[in-house]
Amino acid sequence: MKSFTYERAHSPAEAASAAARIQGAKFIAGGTNLLDLMKLEIETPAHLIDVNGLSLDKIETTPEGGLRIGALVRNTDLAADMRVRHDYGLLARALLAGASGQLRNKATTAGNLLQRTRCPYFYDTNQPCNKRLPGSGCTAIGGFSRQHAVIGISESCIATHPSDMAVAMIALDAMVETVRPDGTTRSIPIAAFYLLPGDTPHIETTLASGELIIAVTLPKPIGGIHIYHKVRDRASYAFALVSVGAILQRDGTGRVALGGVAHKPWRVEAAEAEMPRGAKAVTAALLADANPTRENAFKVLLVERTLGAVLADARS
Amino acid sequence: MSKVSFAVNGEPRELELDTRTSLLDALREHLHLTGTKKGCDHGQCGACTVIVGGRRINSCLTLAVMHQGDTITTVEGLGTPENLHPMQAAFVKHDGFQCGYCTPGQICSAVAVLDEIKAGIPSHVSTELTACPQATDAELRERMSGNICRCGAYSNIIEAITEVAGKQV
Repeated sequence: MKSFTYERAHSPAEAASAAARIQGAKFIAGGTNLLDLMKLEIETPAHLIDVNGLSLDKIETTPEGGLRIGALVRNTDLAADMRVRHDYGLLARALLAGASGQLRNKATTAGNLLQRTRCPYFYDTNQPCNKRLPGSGCTAIGGFSRQHAVIGISESCIATHPSDMAVAMIALDAMVETVRPDGTTRSIPIAAFYLLPGDTPHIETTLASGELIIAVTLPKPIGGIHIYHKVRDRASYAFALVSVGAILQRDGTGRVALGGVAHKPWRVEAAEAEMPRGAKAVTAALLADANPTRENAFKVLLVERTLGAVLADARS
Repeated sequence: MSKVSFAVNGEPRELELDTRTSLLDALREHLHLTGTKKGCDHGQCGACTVIVGGRRINSCLTLAVMHQGDTITTVEGLGTPENLHPMQAAFVKHDGFQCGYCTPGQICSAVAVLDEIKAGIPSHVSTELTACPQATDAELRERMSGNICRCGAYSNIIEAITEVAGKQV
């Protein structure tokens, strides 16, 4: 690990200002992804700003009847919150499908959103990777690509976003609240938060330099049946091959988001108009522009069948 | 270098460390508490599991300097050879290990798992999200999935935890 200096932040605005001012600074909260990458020298911050002392660990009800989730609320606490379990079951289910008990105890809401979109070649420092070293090439394209993205890909990168929680957040129309280095705040709809790889796969979100997430806000509950179905190579503690998060209403309408298929959690609102026509029609619209490799072409059919299973579950 | 103080197994400890030092390395290399094991050092195996503020975490994926004022329990703090923690005794009774390298992590994790169930925290396999979870085999297997045992003592580990869970009720 490269050496770094360390400070404990005392307010969100101060943290954001320090992050913009100090060359090579990064925030650290749970640290479960950042430290992993620092050990491999894939991330090499010169300075760490520990934000754990900021009081951003509460879940509050908003005046609109939604929830405001502090950036530092741990994944375990978010999944265990009775309001989340009652009204946002998709979010609780997605959180519980991710990582291990130990990691969920440490990982934060904002950190989960900001974990790196990645693939085994990103982690293998002996291989070129445009995300790790812009312009060096992509080994995944033409390599072992079974786990990789099938849609929204570019010639630079076919990595997938690993978060389960983010799939639920996009289906729930979450808003990401931030504070910028100049102290001003803004709210970013989660649909506009993540970027496709294009020719800059090392840039994964629309956050500006030094911008700090302070909360994630959910609109008031929309009811319906909440299902998160994750398909993976082992029963627990593995990334998704594909995952389907859905909120289904009695009249046959609903929302669907996918994990494991793209550089970001994948939702196409227009595809949701196809819900009454079933899984095949919805999948065709969701993955209309899919461009899989020979090794991951199975994911397109797997999405259709997983969504079929979700719709059958909802009916029973 | 950076200073940090925290309590380990009930004793206040003060250290001056390279900021890069993980909590795991602080425990093993600086405090010589070698019960906590280094397996993968990347949060994948669970051998380094300790309990911080009542919650199990991977001590390899956290910096020691981030634990100012925290209360840390390692396997050495659960029981002693003369006075085993009930979970340690159950692992011995049910042969919940072979080589023993993952065992301290398994035991710290298992103790915290039963507390998580008691606190009503749901899991991936809980049928009802809003119901109180029970210490069934399926629940224990899911909750222990962050602790890998290369010798494959899993079924005996589940028996050991089940026995302790039964006694707790």
